[in-house]
Amino acid sequence: MHRLAERPTLLVDRAFHYCPGCTHGIIHRLVAEVLEELQLADRTIGIASVGCSVLAYEYFDLDMQQAAHGRAPAVATGIKRFLPDSVVFTYQGDGDLASIGMAEIIHAAARGEAITVIFVNNTLYGMTGGQLAPTTLLEQKSTTSPQGRKAEREGHPIKVIELLSTLAGPGFLARTAVHTPAQVLKTRKAIKEAFLAQLDKCFALVEILSTCPTNWKLSPVESVEWVEKQMLPVYPLVKLERSDDGTWLKTQL
Amino acid sequence: MQKKLLQGNVALAEAAVRAGCNCYFGYPITPQTEIMEYLAGRLPEVGGVFLQAESEIAAINMVYGAAGAGARVMTSSSGPGISLKAEGISYLAATELPCVIVNVMRAGPGLGGIQPSQADYLQATRSAGHGGYRCPVLAPSGAQEMADLTYLAFQLADQYRTPVFILADALVGQTKELVELPEFIKTLPAKPWATTGKTGRKRNVINSLYLDDNELENHNLQLLQKYEQIALSETRWEEQWCTDAQIIVVAFGFLARIAKEAVLLAREMGIKAGLFRPVTLWPFPAAALRQAVTSDRKVLVVEMNGGQMLEDVQLAVNKQVPVGFLGKVGGLPPEAREILGRIAKMAGEKIAQIS
Repeated sequence: MHRLAERPTLLVDRAFHYCPGCTHGIIHRLVAEVLEELQLADRTIGIASVGCSVLAYEYFDLDMQQAAHGRAPAVATGIKRFLPDSVVFTYQGDGDLASIGMAEIIHAAARGEAITVIFVNNTLYGMTGGQLAPTTLLEQKSTTSPQGRKAEREGHPIKVIELLSTLAGPGFLARTAVHTPAQVLKTRKAIKEAFLAQLDKCFALVEILSTCPTNWKLSPVESVEWVEKQMLPVYPLVKLERSDDGTWLKTQL
Repeated sequence: MQKKLLQGNVALAEAAVRAGCNCYFGYPITPQTEIMEYLAGRLPEVGGVFLQAESEIAAINMVYGAAGAGARVMTSSSGPGISLKAEGISYLAATELPCVIVNVMRAGPGLGGIQPSQADYLQATRSAGHGGYRCPVLAPSGAQEMADLTYLAFQLADQYRTPVFILADALVGQTKELVELPEFIKTLPAKPWATTGKTGRKRNVINSLYLDDNELENHNLQLLQKYEQIALSETRWEEQWCTDAQIIVVAFGFLARIAKEAVLLAREMGIKAGLFRPVTLWPFPAAALRQAVTSDRKVLVVEMNGGQMLEDVQLAVNKQVPVGFLGKVGGLPPEAREILGRIAKMAGEKIAQIS
């Protein structure tokens, strides 16, 4: 019998702690598959952040460091500068990366640190129970924006890819989603390209639109529809590759 | 070896390089910026890494990453910057990552001033950050010790897998003195626990999250045992003329040298004074001080703060003898004659006799 797929060897054989319908599991799997395919395990160091994905170090069969809230890009910088031949990735949520860790991600990107950032955007703080994040959509309700986010009160959602694309440091930026099988495959490709970009000594970041059925108070199926209908208009799927002359080559995904 | 005229900050930086420091991450702040300016040129010369971070927070987290990957790594700052680093220091202590953290103190609180001060004693000897950890704190009294204690700090950091503080002040950092630099270290200790990529072994994980309360309890008990071991083995101090002293002056850092001058002046007057200088502020040399201070003696604590080490001294002597205090909180040290005045007063001599 020909096997089409099996568990990646770089994922530890244990149950995820993530909620039913959450797509962290898919994203973990894609990262593990790509590192396995590129045969990078023996020189990869992963950085787990704070938030739902804090336990990422439990799942990847790789050397891992857990970082303080928002500081993963600085931790990654310390490792990469000391071990320039290593492959370093951070795995961060939107509260971690776009709020408390905004300075760290901007400056790591501006320096062009050769690291790969896996940025999971589910529009709110998952682990602490669904509070407002910088990525929360206008009118979206959260436990700390119970009337729905209003621009005049809580400000506008932050679009990380577009923000980072104003810098000359990054070599590869992409926003993908994992709400359909086709998008899962595109995300896998983007993650692979982001690691290849690191091997080319570039800063690379993949923003992946994810689901949070528990805090969105939707079923897993409704959550997938919510990504499609609510998130995609605000967060368009796009790939930006820096060309030799410094301009961005833009592809809609 | 030939002695060189070096500023304290530069002596510290060169000693770090000789101790095998191969990574430095920092952010400018007076009065320690010479450390990073020196290393910006020096570390690349020896194949090391220098990076000016975007903030003290980023700097200490770069230290955390590099320390986890097995580097001999250092950062330096002054009070306001150490406050920002507090979060990272707690993580470094929790994950038992070796590193050296230098605080060249300035006067506070808040922005305070850039003058010399010892106002960060409590911050360094208790915990800068959350969770109740301890770090060894070494207090150099001059440029020579800036070099020697930095060299020692790296050894202790690796030996005990802990952040180690150098608690200096602007006087020690800025004063130029003749310094004999330590030799270059030849071999660095192996770090099999470091995250370097899991070639031919099980994965290494550096983490301070323990959701199981038994696991957390065990982890914290193990940390406490380590702190006890450090206290037993690494407590350091210096005492002069204490054997027959009726008044023992306790001071640390550069201030101990001013206090020493006062002690010598007192001896010239016929007052039997002595000097006790803690070199490690944590662990505090409480037992040694208790031994030096017998029941017929008095103690004078002199600091450039409102009375921070004073608390440790009072705990050590446990109300057995009178403890006087002379503190300066404006960013300038007391002069020797001012200290002498207090020694004389405690000895029952009249101030007029010494002026």
